[in-house]
Amino acid sequence: MTAIGQPIRRFEDDRLIRGHGQYVEDIKLAKMVYGVFVRSQVAHGLIKSINTEEAKNAKGVVAVITGNDIKEKVGKNFTAWIVPNSNQVSAEISSRPLLAIDKVRYVGEPVALVIAESREEAYDAAELVDVEYEELPAVANIEKAIQEDAPLVHEGVSRNIALSWQIKNGDVEKVFSEADKLIKQRIYINRAAPIPIEPRACIADYTNGRLTLWITSQNPHIHRFYLANVLGIPEQKIRVIAPDVGGGFGAKIDVYNEELILCYASSLLKRPIKWVETRSEHFVASLHGRDFLVDVEFAVMNDGRVLGIRGQSYANMGAYLGTVSPGVASVLHGLILPGPYRIEAFDYTTNAVFTNTMILDADRGAGRPEAIFVLERMMDLIADELGIDPLELRRRNYLPAGENIQTVTGLSYDSLDFSKVLSKFGEVSDYQALRDYQRKAREEGKYIGIGVVSSIDICGFAPSPVVGAVGLQAGQWESAVVRFHPTGKVTVLSGTHSHGQGGDTTYAQIVSDTLGVPLDSIEVLHGDTDMIPMGWGTYGSRGTSTGGSAVFKAAEKVKEKGKLIAAHLLKLSPEEIDFSNGNYFAKTDPSKKLSIQEVALHANVGWNLPAGVEPGLEAQAFFDPPNFTYPFGIHLCMVEVMPDTGEVKILKYIAVDDGGKIINPLLAEAQIHGGVVHGIGHAMYENIAYTDDGQLLTGSFNEYALPKAHFIPRIESYFTETPSPANPLGAKGIGEEGAIAAQIAVANAIIDALEPFGVKHLDGPYTPARIWKAIHQSNGKNEN
Amino acid sequence: MIPASFEYFRANSVDEAIEMMAKYGDEAKILAGGQSLIPMMKLRFARPAKLIDIGRIDSLRYITLDGDTVKIGGLTTHRDLETSNLIAEKIPVLAECAHEIADLQIRNVGTIGGSLAHADPSADYPPVMLALDATVVARGQNGTREISINDFFISPFTTALGQDELLIEVKIPAMKSNEKGAYIKIAHPATGFGVVNCAVKIALSNGKITNARVAFGSFVTVPYRDESIEKFLQEKEATVDTIKQASEMVAEGKDIIGDYYADADYRRNLAKAVFLRVMKKALNLDS
Amino acid sequence: MKQTINLKVNGEACQIDVEPRTLLVYAIREILNLTGTHVGCDTSSCGACTVLMNGKAVKSCTLFAVQADGCEITTVEGLAKQDELHPIQQSFKEKHGLQCGFCTPGMMMLACEILQASEEMSEENLRKLLKGNLCRCTGYQNIVDSIADAKARMTAVA
Repeated sequence: MTAIGQPIRRFEDDRLIRGHGQYVEDIKLAKMVYGVFVRSQVAHGLIKSINTEEAKNAKGVVAVITGNDIKEKVGKNFTAWIVPNSNQVSAEISSRPLLAIDKVRYVGEPVALVIAESREEAYDAAELVDVEYEELPAVANIEKAIQEDAPLVHEGVSRNIALSWQIKNGDVEKVFSEADKLIKQRIYINRAAPIPIEPRACIADYTNGRLTLWITSQNPHIHRFYLANVLGIPEQKIRVIAPDVGGGFGAKIDVYNEELILCYASSLLKRPIKWVETRSEHFVASLHGRDFLVDVEFAVMNDGRVLGIRGQSYANMGAYLGTVSPGVASVLHGLILPGPYRIEAFDYTTNAVFTNTMILDADRGAGRPEAIFVLERMMDLIADELGIDPLELRRRNYLPAGENIQTVTGLSYDSLDFSKVLSKFGEVSDYQALRDYQRKAREEGKYIGIGVVSSIDICGFAPSPVVGAVGLQAGQWESAVVRFHPTGKVTVLSGTHSHGQGGDTTYAQIVSDTLGVPLDSIEVLHGDTDMIPMGWGTYGSRGTSTGGSAVFKAAEKVKEKGKLIAAHLLKLSPEEIDFSNGNYFAKTDPSKKLSIQEVALHANVGWNLPAGVEPGLEAQAFFDPPNFTYPFGIHLCMVEVMPDTGEVKILKYIAVDDGGKIINPLLAEAQIHGGVVHGIGHAMYENIAYTDDGQLLTGSFNEYALPKAHFIPRIESYFTETPSPANPLGAKGIGEEGAIAAQIAVANAIIDALEPFGVKHLDGPYTPARIWKAIHQSNGKNEN
Repeated sequence: MIPASFEYFRANSVDEAIEMMAKYGDEAKILAGGQSLIPMMKLRFARPAKLIDIGRIDSLRYITLDGDTVKIGGLTTHRDLETSNLIAEKIPVLAECAHEIADLQIRNVGTIGGSLAHADPSADYPPVMLALDATVVARGQNGTREISINDFFISPFTTALGQDELLIEVKIPAMKSNEKGAYIKIAHPATGFGVVNCAVKIALSNGKITNARVAFGSFVTVPYRDESIEKFLQEKEATVDTIKQASEMVAEGKDIIGDYYADADYRRNLAKAVFLRVMKKALNLDS
Repeated sequence: MKQTINLKVNGEACQIDVEPRTLLVYAIREILNLTGTHVGCDTSSCGACTVLMNGKAVKSCTLFAVQADGCEITTVEGLAKQDELHPIQQSFKEKHGLQCGFCTPGMMMLACEILQASEEMSEENLRKLLKGNLCRCTGYQNIVDSIADAKARMTAVA
């Protein structure tokens, strides 16, 4: 059978299109009560008093809990990433009290939890909690926060720096002194947010000696791990269920205060408690992404070769460190900065900065989009400075094709072949014709711009020893179980979590091909820690390459065990047996055969098994990849800028990506669509803006613009396949590639369109107002 | 997401609604389609003690032609206007404007009366109504009166309607064969509300502008007609040159709204650009 | 305080008691237990709550349930006839018009009204009609293609 590589329609769709999905908010339990959080209205302040009396006496209220009530009883919410050799601040400083104690550090920080019989009563009572603050000076942006005399977000530190991590390799001084040109730029990548359409929600039920938490999570086992650590509940007493989850994009990786305190509150009240976030709450109290300020300098030769890179990045972490945010600001950013290019020397320090804003963490790409943004912005500046076509400049700098390609930062790219991507790109784009069109259009007074970028992503998280060495306090292997039932049907369990990606279908394709079982005989399950072996969830484009490989490995084990049983039943030795298309057969006489379903029945009843073989036909596998996977690609965006208004119209978007072996092209292409639009959104529409003193200006969908259907052009998506040697499937992962490439492809296209106005660089977001300003502040060149 | 509690009253006739309004005074708010009010109530920015639901008064939902005047009942939905053959024929620019409002779902429920009475300065109708010389018909305890649209918008979210008055009808002169209308909005990408919007109605005779009504919204706290531009255009040739000259006067002396998304400087210039586009559209001029 | 209202939901008459402030979406989700209709925002922006009211697409988070008294409501659960999927459902599946599935019911209910129009529609105009519904997963392309595919299916049948 060959299910792999086919555009199989998804098995998860049926329930979802019938409205029969089960998301957390859909679940109701007997005697369930509702929680609503009272949140800080000030960015930085001392809590002088919290008066809960009126709220406690309000109709339907069951409890009101504040920080002081739980101070000695629960731990704090901590970061799971401690970057070595970075002077990362201690957990004591960076950890969050579950409810603020004495002090608040950002608008939206939870201060009290009001629990009532109904959601309405909880909302009504939450308004009655009276919190008195003494406001303190606040700092919201990077440039202000790193000044010597900036207000400090935390006591016990001398500056608002959470960590500094340097990557240095090669003779930097030499290449910078010998280069023909040094090109320098400060680049700011504005704050945005992941924004899944389903807000966060959870139900904590600690009523019968065991804790069950239903939660909108990309990684339920990580939640279980945290609950045990923060609340001191024995891990075997905790069940975490992530049912249907309405998108993640990073926002549902983190373990948040809300679910931790809800679990604790349920243990006090002995009743299940539900909390459903409002969208406005999501903007002030979940996590944001991007917000990197980077100073960077490139050493280049006149022929376009880039010899060296040096610089500093500053990521705005918000007031505390998120579950993985130290890694986002450092490791996941700095290591990929040289991208797909051959660089001789590199010296780059990543810094993480505290401010009085919400937490920063993973947002589709997590550190890598910011790196590729900086790199590819610089490549366009270099192309412009040297008068070389931007695509040609990139071509001159690509690393060679091959496997295990070493980079200046010490990464080893699993497999790389830009010639393949270039050739496909040439086939589908007619790049020169687009440049000709651009030239002609300019003569007619139309401002067309083309951004053509090369990108590479770190995916397939990940070799556990490597992530351990760079400070992640977790493993990144993945688990799977493949289980034959007596009737020959198969259940697959995966430690990853599918919340849109389609793992229930792609994993079935893998099992179907491996075991020769029809797709409709296979059910893939995930998202329940009582049912699924320990696994690390889905993010970092790891589902297919790492989770899928664990599934493959488990299926292989099942096949091998089945062979022992089949040989026994056929009265042959295992060496005499072959397997193909779901049948075990004698190598010498294929008519002597048993189907795997027949073998499964025998295995399950256990009446006649070979000596030493246990009954049952199932296997568990753990897959720890030897390397990350590195998908790569070329994206082109063509825009027209209206000089009178600054409006941008995207005329064309072409994505050519190499995601290794593609298991399901229908789903892979859709990942690119979604990723690209995420990137377009971050470039042009989405902006998390704070006032200087930390008030959020974009606190709802009335201010924060998610891309809408009519803002977006058709995306032309193409793939090449350079298999990864890092896993048995050859797969790489394409969940984030689109977002990474698109944000800078759009930015470069817009800046290219502004070239006649003398604009060399512009920071995002690329809104009409900012573009119009850039045009009109640019010496008035070519103004119309 | 959960509005504060309120008492709900359903009015079955205009008279009953007016009676209720008089009885409950400023404790009560009128609920028409609710597409502006309910969002504010969900965030508890608005928390009226009482709501008077007029949504079932079917007699207020009509579009008719009376001589040269199009009459629109206050409860006519945006979608009704967008899809009405009569509007398409007599005031096509109003159909275009209605099509620009929010989204299909909101246009299915939101009403012209509700929107005008809400008086959001960045809404679609105000400049269009100003350009079309609309008249608002209000009924209160003391009977019915007509309010010129020029006198209707007082300040943001405040109109000339009295406490006890209900907006029951909008009257708009049908476009004459020598008149052209146009409306353009540059929308905020999040809300779809205007950053700048502009509507015009131009009367032409032999290539000359014989009369012009030019109205702006969104970048000022109260949408307005620019009478100096209207005067300037009077008796001018309908050319690109004319409108370029006129565009210099746009937003002159006005206090412009600015925010982090679009500051005042940008909006002032955007208003000029949008005016040029609207005039080109109305006069069918290529740049 | 509570008021009794009558609704016909997916063809079935029902009588429920609601507070005046109960939004239609919560009446549908929490009283009628039809949880296919979703809530994705608090500003009437995302469209995940879209249902048909008397055949017209509306945002059920922006209507009080009392306003719907006497109305016919169709939710996503009312689309399929037993096992047989509605053409819009078939198309969403065939064209991979959904990923996480959270915005999908709202998208399909909106599409139901769009599909009532008989005239041909350009992709640009179709996209404009979707502006009241947000999706973060798909980049909209397969949603647009799903609706166009459903249109073709329904035209073929008609």
